[in-house]
Amino acid sequence: MQLAVLVIYLAALITPWLFVQHQHRTAYIMALVPAVLTIWFATHIPLVAGGEVLIHEYQWIPGLDISLTMVLDGLSLMFALLICGIGTLIVLYAGAYLKGNPAQNRFLVILLAFMGSMLGLVLADNLITLFVFWELTSITSYMLIGFNHQSAEARKAALQGLIVTVAGGLALLCGLVMLASIAGSYSIQEILGSSEALTEHPLFVGMLICLLLGAFTKSAQFPFHFWLPNAMAAPTPVSAYLHSATMVKAGIYLLARLQPELGESGLWTILLSSFGAMTMLTGAFMAVRSTDLKKLLAYSTIMALGTLTLLIGIGTETAMIAFAAYLLAHSLYKGALFMLAGIVDHEAGSRDVTLLGGLRKNLPLTAILVAVAALSLAGIPPLFGFVAKELLLESMLGGAFHSFIYVFVMVASIFVVTVASVIALRPFFGTFKAPKEKEKIHEPPIAMLAGPVVLVFLSLVAGIIPGTVGSWVTLPASTAVAGGVVEGYLALWHGLNLPLLLSGISIAVGLVLFKYWDAFRSRLQVLDPIIARGPERGYFWFMDAIVWVAEWQTRILQNGSMRNYLRTIVLVFVGLTGYTLLTRYQLHWNWDVNLYFHELVTVGILVAAAIAACITHSRLGSVAAMGAVGFSVALIFILFSAPDLGITQILVETLTVILLVLVLFRLPSFSNISTTRERIRDAIVALLVGVLIMFLIMITIDVQLFEPISGYMIENSYTLAHGRNIVNVILVDYRALDTLGEIFVLALAAMGVYAMIKFNPATSPGSNHYAGTLILGEKKLAEKDIIHSLEEIHQKMLEDQNIISAGAMKDRNDNDDDDEDDSPNSSYDEDRDHDDSQAAKRKAEEHDDDAENEDKEGKKS
Amino acid sequence: MSFEVALPILIPLLTGALCVMFWRYNAIQRALSLVGSFALLATSIWLMISVYNDGHVVMYMGNWEAPFGITLVADMLSAIMVVLTGMMAVAIAIYSLSSASPSHERFGYYPLMHLLLAGVAGSFLTGDIFNLYVWFEVMLIASFALLILGGERAQMEGAVKYVTLNLLSSAIFLSAIGLLYGLVGTLNMADIAVKLGEAENAGLIDVIAVMFLIAFGIKAAAFPLFFWLPASYHTGPVAVSALFAGLLTKVGVYALFRVFTLIFNQNVDFTHEILLWMAGFTMLTGVLGAAAQFEFRRILSFHIVSQIGYMILGLALFTPLALIGGVFYIMHHIIVKTNLFLISGITHRLLGTYDLKKLGGIYKSRPFLSILFLIPALSLAGVPPLSGFFAKFIIIRAGVEADAWVITGIALLVGLLTLYSMIKIWAEVFWKKLPKGQDDTALVEGKTSASTVVLYIPVVLLAVCTLFIGLNGQPIYEFAEYSAAQLLNPQGYIDAVLGGAQ
Repeated sequence: MQLAVLVIYLAALITPWLFVQHQHRTAYIMALVPAVLTIWFATHIPLVAGGEVLIHEYQWIPGLDISLTMVLDGLSLMFALLICGIGTLIVLYAGAYLKGNPAQNRFLVILLAFMGSMLGLVLADNLITLFVFWELTSITSYMLIGFNHQSAEARKAALQGLIVTVAGGLALLCGLVMLASIAGSYSIQEILGSSEALTEHPLFVGMLICLLLGAFTKSAQFPFHFWLPNAMAAPTPVSAYLHSATMVKAGIYLLARLQPELGESGLWTILLSSFGAMTMLTGAFMAVRSTDLKKLLAYSTIMALGTLTLLIGIGTETAMIAFAAYLLAHSLYKGALFMLAGIVDHEAGSRDVTLLGGLRKNLPLTAILVAVAALSLAGIPPLFGFVAKELLLESMLGGAFHSFIYVFVMVASIFVVTVASVIALRPFFGTFKAPKEKEKIHEPPIAMLAGPVVLVFLSLVAGIIPGTVGSWVTLPASTAVAGGVVEGYLALWHGLNLPLLLSGISIAVGLVLFKYWDAFRSRLQVLDPIIARGPERGYFWFMDAIVWVAEWQTRILQNGSMRNYLRTIVLVFVGLTGYTLLTRYQLHWNWDVNLYFHELVTVGILVAAAIAACITHSRLGSVAAMGAVGFSVALIFILFSAPDLGITQILVETLTVILLVLVLFRLPSFSNISTTRERIRDAIVALLVGVLIMFLIMITIDVQLFEPISGYMIENSYTLAHGRNIVNVILVDYRALDTLGEIFVLALAAMGVYAMIKFNPATSPGSNHYAGTLILGEKKLAEKDIIHSLEEIHQKMLEDQNIISAGAMKDRNDNDDDDEDDSPNSSYDEDRDHDDSQAAKRKAEEHDDDAENEDKEGKKS
Repeated sequence: MSFEVALPILIPLLTGALCVMFWRYNAIQRALSLVGSFALLATSIWLMISVYNDGHVVMYMGNWEAPFGITLVADMLSAIMVVLTGMMAVAIAIYSLSSASPSHERFGYYPLMHLLLAGVAGSFLTGDIFNLYVWFEVMLIASFALLILGGERAQMEGAVKYVTLNLLSSAIFLSAIGLLYGLVGTLNMADIAVKLGEAENAGLIDVIAVMFLIAFGIKAAAFPLFFWLPASYHTGPVAVSALFAGLLTKVGVYALFRVFTLIFNQNVDFTHEILLWMAGFTMLTGVLGAAAQFEFRRILSFHIVSQIGYMILGLALFTPLALIGGVFYIMHHIIVKTNLFLISGITHRLLGTYDLKKLGGIYKSRPFLSILFLIPALSLAGVPPLSGFFAKFIIIRAGVEADAWVITGIALLVGLLTLYSMIKIWAEVFWKKLPKGQDDTALVEGKTSASTVVLYIPVVLLAVCTLFIGLNGQPIYEFAEYSAAQLLNPQGYIDAVLGGAQ
């Protein structure tokens, strides 16, 4: 069985190569693959019908309990047959439908990939493997819905389908993990029988909700049904295959799989039957409102999916029998109807029933096929749809339910009859109407008709010999769903009973409704505003909310201002560390500090210099103040008997001051871009850090828990390392690797500075100015608003805050220069003076950049 | 002597130094860079094999026994990280052959790149907390110099933010080391672990732990400390962005994994609770940040942040499975994220922009490139059966088994939003029609030249890695399991370093 799945994937892989040679005929070759598989699966029918369960084991990631083991029982087999059987017909159909489309090869690849995934899904025994295939069907479905990817509509529909099913899929993953952790196994076969442990577990409700979210989104149950009609943007073969016959039934499949384990619970019954009934009604009601053939079919699919959920919810033996029969019947007639709708669209040029009429003369075979399939849809004997519908009504009456479910089912049955009549009669009878000319409309090629013919034929045959179909195909499936042998049979004639009567009533009323369909539809328009507020609004609201929250958050967090970033990080540091200090450690330290006078003086100088560096408006002044800070620190080192450190510090500090003074003249004028309030705020933040660090040092200064390793270093410095200077020995021997690293750091810094100074950017500065500043979407600025230099930014800000009037800035700058910029710099000032031209400004700007960064480099090293 | 543990540091250092010597000869630098990268990969694999056989590989620098000298130690986590470094080095070296402009090459592109790799490998392999600081500095200065190559204004702005905020991290890191040394009097991590295990002053240790957490949190770009990352990653040359995206933040994550399993493992309730909150917010804010973006590389940058959250989550839950998940996530993420950046470079080469609104039409004319994008993109979003799914699955499973419902819910939601972002890129860049007025000559008429092929090679290789992890996860899982087991039992590490003497 693993091979079966693999073969399909391989077929998908080689399709592009075949396509080069065979063009659209590739599809006909590819159809062989599922065809052979159908036969292969069909040969297992007798075995499985005999009650056997085939298990093929295969390991995947045993460490995570993930295996590729596959199991074939009645339910899997029925699905496998549908997937491969209908798959064969769809591939054939697609070959003709997309003939001449250059992207047909891609279509086939994805379609086959989907087929493999779907087959894997229904065969997988491992919950995670099932999920893997589950998600693969979502992704391939996305690719197929968006097949016409240049149309924005198709992209939107594809995204919607994907988001809804994947959101559900994630809930499902959570549910599956919970299920496995409660049941103690990831194998479905092993979970079987742990029903009691599951339903009584405290996490049962949460788990059930997660699982149902997954199944309901996938199978388009109310209130998640809205994505399915939109998915009709996909080419018709996709609608026929994924969105009616197979993929949307994956959720149903999962529910059926879990029915034996979870079916005991009352909550399961209530949730499934109420959501099923609601979906059924919604689907039927929306179908009656629609005029687009594919939408009609899509909504009636939703109705059918609701019915299936309801049947699983009812959970009686009859319901299980009805479930399998209904599922088979639906796949047969709905697949056919979709393909036929595609033919009508393809040939007549429209899918809107109000624009079509009288096509039976041009498309006689299509008309007949539609009629028969529609009979099955409406549940009229002797078609298989009738058998299924009888069983549905019977199990409904057998279940212990509130009467509203009866009403729902009856209303849905009536509407379905109407819908079936619309599909069967409207396009084909009455006066001729079609967007295309009458002469150009003719029956499609045989490949397109093959699918519907086969499916309609099967509907008919199954209806005539329901007993055989039942015992071979559907009853084994029912057995698997029920978790035990099901006694029952399928028959066309159950005798005169209540179900038959209800059936009759629904057909009669449905036909009457069809007669007044147009009037009925226009009456229903009253409800449009309510429908517009349906669950789909929720989806759009969710998508908008994401974007809104995202933008809001970006504005708050990543707003481009470096000062905000710094402040946030520093505050987090202070807050978190301070909090830990206060809560986890009883503050106590040795207050017994002896200060000598000369120490106090040094500290005084240090503090005063630091404050001076912060408040001065002169660049040179601040450099001098920083130098004073550095030298004071050096003094402290010396006072505490670390002369090596002191000397190093003095050297570094001297060098830094010299370098800074050297580059001062290249810096732009000193500007004060903070308001007083901001400065006070920043000062408080800075003080907080200082205080915190002070506390930390005060606390740890005399806490020495262990003997430091320096003792060893001192002892062995001369004996082992042959050096008398312990600092040197540490640097070049004990910790030589650190020194090596630092040497490279210096080399790197040198390279960086070199590149910065010498590199001529490919684009002129300012061309991409906002890239770094604002993380929000690029703003469109008028030429006059584009800022090319720091001065301009500054000026703009002052103007914005009404501090100065426009244009006043330049004078101020010049004044500043005179007052504060001590270093003479003729060339720079000349540039500034003639700076009415943009080009000159840019040039000056380049200078600024280099100098600024050089400054930073200098400080760092 | 176990040379294999020193070689992954020495080889890039040597390569870098040699490249500097051939400063004016671009061709020689290129060749050196290629050889150096492959040598790095080869030795890293050698190291991996040694670790796999022996558990820990230890080397005492200058033959000073621990804890007195500097010790290099490789456990499974280090080995995995170094192998990934080697892989990224090779990928970037190949990609750079075509993507690096001659002017970048003239200004030390290759030496900077290799010295950066040395810093990264050094961080992964050192067993000494101060030495870790030194490698962080090497990394920081090298990355800063790489970021500003090109000298565009946006780059300067991004780079200044990058370097300032990271220097802040270094300052906090250094203060924390100082305080720690004051307490225990040693710098060797294994020795620190032993001494802290015996120490009584638990409150003070927590304070220091929190300081390390913040310092490494900045490096790892965790919430609310990540600002430097989205501000700078999209500004540099694309190969540089790709390398940064793959490796730099992961060094921070690695450091968190190292110190919060080996050293600070006494008060897990407190420290890992903070990590848990951090992880949750990091995941959420990162992914939401991406949702607001319309620039290819910025979206990817924000996703780095978000994915860092998953990795920290693995550490924060602190169960064996969660740690496995964390390590698995790191492995998957490095490969995938680097690849996505490389692909963004190719689209840029085709259409000359990173702006989603101006891109389009690639699926139609470049289906192969489109598939190459889908593999890492869907993997990032955690779509099965790609590597990202298993990474996410392990984390989710660990979360469920630890009854951490809120955080599991967040992890799932973030998965959905990640998919949303990736699909946004897919729909805008690949599916959408190319907007009118965009120059599509390179896209439509561009022929496959040798230079394009060079760009594709690393992308294909990395995509194959992603597929391999996805389809055959068992060996990768075993590596992760091995390393998680080592992380949860630090005694093995301590014994290996200190020779079991203590």
